[in-house]
Amino acid sequence: MSETCDGAVLAAPLFDYTLRLADTALILGHRLSEWIGHAPVLEEELALGNIALDLIGEARALYSYAGAVEGKGRDEDALAYRRDAGGFRNLLLVEQPNGDFAATIVRQFLFSAFAQPFWRRLAASRDATLAAIAAKSEKEAAYHLRHAGEWLIRLGDGTEESHRRAQTALDELWPYTGELFERDAVEDALIAAGITVDPETLRPEWQKTVAAVLSEATLAAPERAWMQSGGRSGRHSEHLGHLLATMQFLQRAYPGATW
Amino acid sequence: MSEVPMPLWEVFIRARNGLAHKHVGSVHAADAAMALQAARDVYTRRGEGLSIWVVPSTAITASDPAEKDMMFEPTASKIYRHPTFYGVPEDVGNM
Repeated sequence: MSETCDGAVLAAPLFDYTLRLADTALILGHRLSEWIGHAPVLEEELALGNIALDLIGEARALYSYAGAVEGKGRDEDALAYRRDAGGFRNLLLVEQPNGDFAATIVRQFLFSAFAQPFWRRLAASRDATLAAIAAKSEKEAAYHLRHAGEWLIRLGDGTEESHRRAQTALDELWPYTGELFERDAVEDALIAAGITVDPETLRPEWQKTVAAVLSEATLAAPERAWMQSGGRSGRHSEHLGHLLATMQFLQRAYPGATW
Repeated sequence: MSEVPMPLWEVFIRARNGLAHKHVGSVHAADAAMALQAARDVYTRRGEGLSIWVVPSTAITASDPAEKDMMFEPTASKIYRHPTFYGVPEDVGNM
């Protein structure tokens, strides 16, 4: 941001917005880390761990920036470990449980098909910090999308069982994709300032990516229109509290612990 | 449910331009594209490579360990094949 008066006015939405991005990255990263020690094969153990580390790295950069924008002395650990579920602003999609391997892949695919074009566009943000984080994240998201897309094609167009599991996961997770494109006053302020993009403008590319992969995977996108909403304003499914109980345990039991 | 074991692939990585691809290990994957992804995820986590080859393990023809005397023993007595008997003029510097 170039002007200080803009900065003062935009600090509140910029904090909220950066926190949403950070929470989404952290929660999805943590979900993927839950596969460590449980993945179906060694190769995927490492692949899912790699993606988790990419996302947690993105979250760290975003939390640090959010803390700086907020200016109340909260660092990345304070934001990640010392807020309750109601304070989290992540998308509902990413807090959904891992389920079976198909569910994890579908969740990753639906998210990454949005994240890659999103980061690519955000790399042109007028906010230099967000632009830098976006430029790095775009390369990571591109691989996440390829990894999940290739798997989804093989699961959908694989055996009868893998097809059934992939279609079930798609049906269950589809209602969480509407939230990807939501826009409220926080976005309005930042879009006007050239700091972020209207998520609606990303929908055509997302739809195209999803349609192409689902077609090759012989899977069908659900037709029903009802979409879940609420994660971005702190209304979460019951799954997030359980996730946080595990993720935040150490800092809750031993506040300020370092190693 | 019948499970078919996934094929094995040998992984070769080139660390830098100008170097040769070097064998680093193997991965299991259903096909070539997935083998390439698996190789990337397993073997390039610390910036090891700029290029990856994956080759079906079944495509490799290996020498028979039982024939190692015939194959390799005869070279042991031919030390003159090592370029260590020539003095390098000082002006040449490092070769």
